[in-house]
Amino acid sequence: MDFSQYSLIWEYMQSELLLLVATVLLFFIDLFASPRFLDKWFSGIACVLLAAVTAVSCIPGSETHTLFGGMFINTPMTTAMKMVLNIGTILVLLQAHSWVNSEACKVRRGEFYELMFFTLFGMYLMISSGHFLIFFIGLETASLPIAALVAFNKQGGDSYESGAKYLFNAVFSSAIFLMGISFMYAMSGSLYFEDIALAATANTALFIVALAFIISGIGFKLSLVPFHLWTADVYQGGPTAVTAYLSVISKGAAAFAFLWVLFKTFSPSPEVWQGILYVLIILTITLGNLFAIRQKDLKRFLAFSSISQAGYIMLGVMANSAQGMTALVYYILVYIFSNLAAFGVIATIENKTGKVNMDDYNGLYQTNPKLSLAMMLAMFSLAGIPPFAGFFSKFFIFASAVNSGYYILVLIALLNTIISLFYYLLVVKAMFINPNDNPIETVKTGCYGRTGLVICVAGILILGIASCVYGYLSGLSLTVGI
Amino acid sequence: MEYTVFILLLPLAMFLLLGLLDSKLKPRVAGILGTLGMTVCAALAYFTAYQFFTQPRNAEGVIPSVTPYNYEWLRFTENLHIDLGIYLDPISVMMLVVITTVSLMVHIYSLGYMHGEKGFQRYYAFLSLFSMSMLGLVVATNIFQMYIFWELVGVSSYLLIGFYYTKPAAIAASKKAFIVTRFADLGFLIGILILSFFTKTFDFATLTATPTAIITETAGATFLGCSVASWALALIFMGGAGKSAMFPLHIWLPDAMEGPTPVSALIHAATMVVAGVYLVARLFPVYCVTPEVLELITTVGAITALYAAIVACVQTDIKRVLAFSTISQIAFMIVALGVANDTDLHEGLGYMASMFHLFTHAMFKALLFLGAGAIIHAVHSNEMSEMGGLRKYMPITHITFLIACLAIAGIPPFSGFFSKDEILTAVMNKSTFWGIWMTVVAGLTAFYMFRLYFRIFWWKNTDCSHHTPHEAPLTMTLPLIFLALVTCVAGFIPFGELVSVNGQPYHIHLDWSVATTSIIVAVCAISLAAWLYLKENKKPTAMADATRTLHTAAYRRFYIDEIYLFITHKIIFKGICAPIAWFDRHIIDGTMDMFANVTQWVSARIKGLQSGYIQSYVWILLMGTLLIAAITIICLL
Repeated sequence: MDFSQYSLIWEYMQSELLLLVATVLLFFIDLFASPRFLDKWFSGIACVLLAAVTAVSCIPGSETHTLFGGMFINTPMTTAMKMVLNIGTILVLLQAHSWVNSEACKVRRGEFYELMFFTLFGMYLMISSGHFLIFFIGLETASLPIAALVAFNKQGGDSYESGAKYLFNAVFSSAIFLMGISFMYAMSGSLYFEDIALAATANTALFIVALAFIISGIGFKLSLVPFHLWTADVYQGGPTAVTAYLSVISKGAAAFAFLWVLFKTFSPSPEVWQGILYVLIILTITLGNLFAIRQKDLKRFLAFSSISQAGYIMLGVMANSAQGMTALVYYILVYIFSNLAAFGVIATIENKTGKVNMDDYNGLYQTNPKLSLAMMLAMFSLAGIPPFAGFFSKFFIFASAVNSGYYILVLIALLNTIISLFYYLLVVKAMFINPNDNPIETVKTGCYGRTGLVICVAGILILGIASCVYGYLSGLSLTVGI
Repeated sequence: MEYTVFILLLPLAMFLLLGLLDSKLKPRVAGILGTLGMTVCAALAYFTAYQFFTQPRNAEGVIPSVTPYNYEWLRFTENLHIDLGIYLDPISVMMLVVITTVSLMVHIYSLGYMHGEKGFQRYYAFLSLFSMSMLGLVVATNIFQMYIFWELVGVSSYLLIGFYYTKPAAIAASKKAFIVTRFADLGFLIGILILSFFTKTFDFATLTATPTAIITETAGATFLGCSVASWALALIFMGGAGKSAMFPLHIWLPDAMEGPTPVSALIHAATMVVAGVYLVARLFPVYCVTPEVLELITTVGAITALYAAIVACVQTDIKRVLAFSTISQIAFMIVALGVANDTDLHEGLGYMASMFHLFTHAMFKALLFLGAGAIIHAVHSNEMSEMGGLRKYMPITHITFLIACLAIAGIPPFSGFFSKDEILTAVMNKSTFWGIWMTVVAGLTAFYMFRLYFRIFWWKNTDCSHHTPHEAPLTMTLPLIFLALVTCVAGFIPFGELVSVNGQPYHIHLDWSVATTSIIVAVCAISLAAWLYLKENKKPTAMADATRTLHTAAYRRFYIDEIYLFITHKIIFKGICAPIAWFDRHIIDGTMDMFANVTQWVSARIKGLQSGYIQSYVWILLMGTLLIAAITIICLL
């Protein structure tokens, strides 16, 4: 092997490798620095490192690179997706700061960041893979550390229970996924996406079973109905920062990966997976909503809301077009800001008071006007009320599905937004209208948390109006050539 | 000329700064900040005008228009996209100067006038918002951008009319202004949509470059006997008529006088209300391909001019008189546009005259309003009966007000004479009937303005009120003096050289037959006013009694407001809205309640799925996967 190969690898896999370097760096800092230094600076260093990785390596270029004989593919669009994930992760890290540095958690602080970076690395691999084995490695790297993260709170029993539930479900769904790709191998004799794309033109029973298994494996991560049942329990029990991470970053990465797998591997026979997705989307959006309206625990509530959001996200995949891809990435970007704003508020209040019930939020506006406003914006954006970003992301993703001819599907999705509006507004009503004699006392947000929230709110307000963001993504997805 | 973007950004920044900090700023600081921002803005606008008008003309002798900044905001299709940009041509540059000048004067004036008012900072924030919106409106590169800013000026106008939000009359007036103009804007929006549907563009430059294309595009498409192009342009004019308070959509403007007086000067005299005129001027080449719409515009304008002038003769609230005078003067501009044509410079005289009058009117009407503000400030009342003999107490206000009255009456050498003379010439060229009509209106203008002037400053000799009125502070008199100076010299600006229908320089020459007639008419009207109102006497009352019916009708504005109330309350509310409301409350809400109940019911039934047991989760996961595979196989194979 000559050295030019290494330099190519370094050049093309820069974001992955730099992320690993950052992780190792964090590891050593955690190991050798003094506790006082760590208390003061460690979280900041982690954020800065991730921001640096983003700035150096996640700015989309203009060329497509392949490595390892096509197992690893890096296009401008994948880089943009990684950038989106990084932005979200930085926001999660900012919001996790006060929890991770609390007395109970700070012993394990290093692990939190390192595990999170590892999962991010796994997601990078999923997005950039051109081969099912790389994809599977990415999937597992992105899944297993999350089980540890979910079980991060050592005091409460809930956290362990959630961790165990996640692990069992993940392992089981991985098994189904592996089964699916082994069927694929049996049919085509290869695990390269492009080879399978050539072999998969015939609609045999084996092919359909394999496809269903693969969809099930990724659908688990996306929490599509009926693979979603773990979601609520895990979200409720896990630490709020991890739940936030699961609900936006992990879901976003899975959506991106799903998009690539379907586009690269199964684009010759879209009618099969589109048929399956059609049903799954309706189930996901509707059931997610139906469960969400019953929830009293805000984290559980957001779990179901995120299930139905996954359904909307899948509309972009359904479109099977460049417009759909743009709309999907844009949707996830907006979703990151909106959902993290909601989780940021919840995390802040949970940290200080331990309250997560919707009834506890009654009259929050009197004592915490700024947090209430942030939460209100988040809810409006999630529900898709103009002029906030969520309206535009929903509009674009519906438009992409309509352009591909799915009128009835979009109609059902639209009807569901009405239901979702109801439960999102319940939260707003609790904060602003419901009377409460002793509302939650005034909570002071830490500096990191406040920065995170301000960025989220700014994102909600600006992303929709600044059309250049969508235009930029649109330009990138046109280069993919779907 | 990229710096022109700061003319928009600066007031926006001021609005955000003052609006967000609000009471955290001291009132004084807020006022001075706002004024400074506007000063810079005005300086930039003057510099833009200087640079623009001194650039070399092209081969046809036209000053080329410039688009220094353009940002594509939304793209729907290849042709249809909404841009935000800055388009500079003679009329938009002229408007930049007018708006920033008047706005700056109002900013300075308000420092004195609004001193000590509650919400002083909010007031300045709104003023900045308005200035930004109005400037954005005039520099719009496309009709949709104009629409956006059009609505923004509507909002700022609403906010400023209702500035004294504890006063019920002010709230009612702000609502009325908003609803009436919004109703007109509905027509505007529909017009835009029809126009862009056929022309596939929003862009002004494209629209006005090949106006005949719209005829070929819409060829054959007719609606109720008129071509679609005419409908679109008439609907667009409806939006303009609403903003510019043309009959019968004028009803909001007199009520809008409930706002602070400087606001009336800025928004309801000099800038926002001429937006309709500006809109027609902006699309003028397009209007020229539909002569029937131009005729409609002429008729609407002429009726409005006469109507408002008659009503203005009998009002007793000085701001109402000025409001109706504004309506009448704007109608002059509209009529001038209606009789113009873009075939050559001579036919297009009306276009130039209209823009010229817009310019001079903005200055002297702002002066009149600011003067009225000073008077109201001194006597604490809007009613004429409370005034009289003020010339001794307020010399500066008196002189400046007199200059403005002479200008609007059309007495040389003040600015109004020149612009009004051009309008009358243009109208006379087109049709003698409208020419005589407008000359009569000009006479009425001179009469009611001097009625106002004599009632305020002469009439009584001794002052019988409790305290002696005194001259306004320097912050208020300075803008008056400045605007009076402008009014004295503005007539001598070679306006035709800068603005004309096809951009070529046009040398203004007075048509002496028209000029002499109008001067004689004006002098007669002024003499009549002097005879009636110079000294306190019984002649006006006697005259009113002699023409009781007409006088009352005019005083009640010919019952237009009552007709509106009858149509909305008695016919629309009772006859149409009530049944719809019933349908909405019972049928639609009932259906929605049913959906909600079904949703709740289903939701309660399926909660068992989420049992919390891993084994059942995994079971459902596996079964779900297999079921999906099975169903797909059955369906596809």
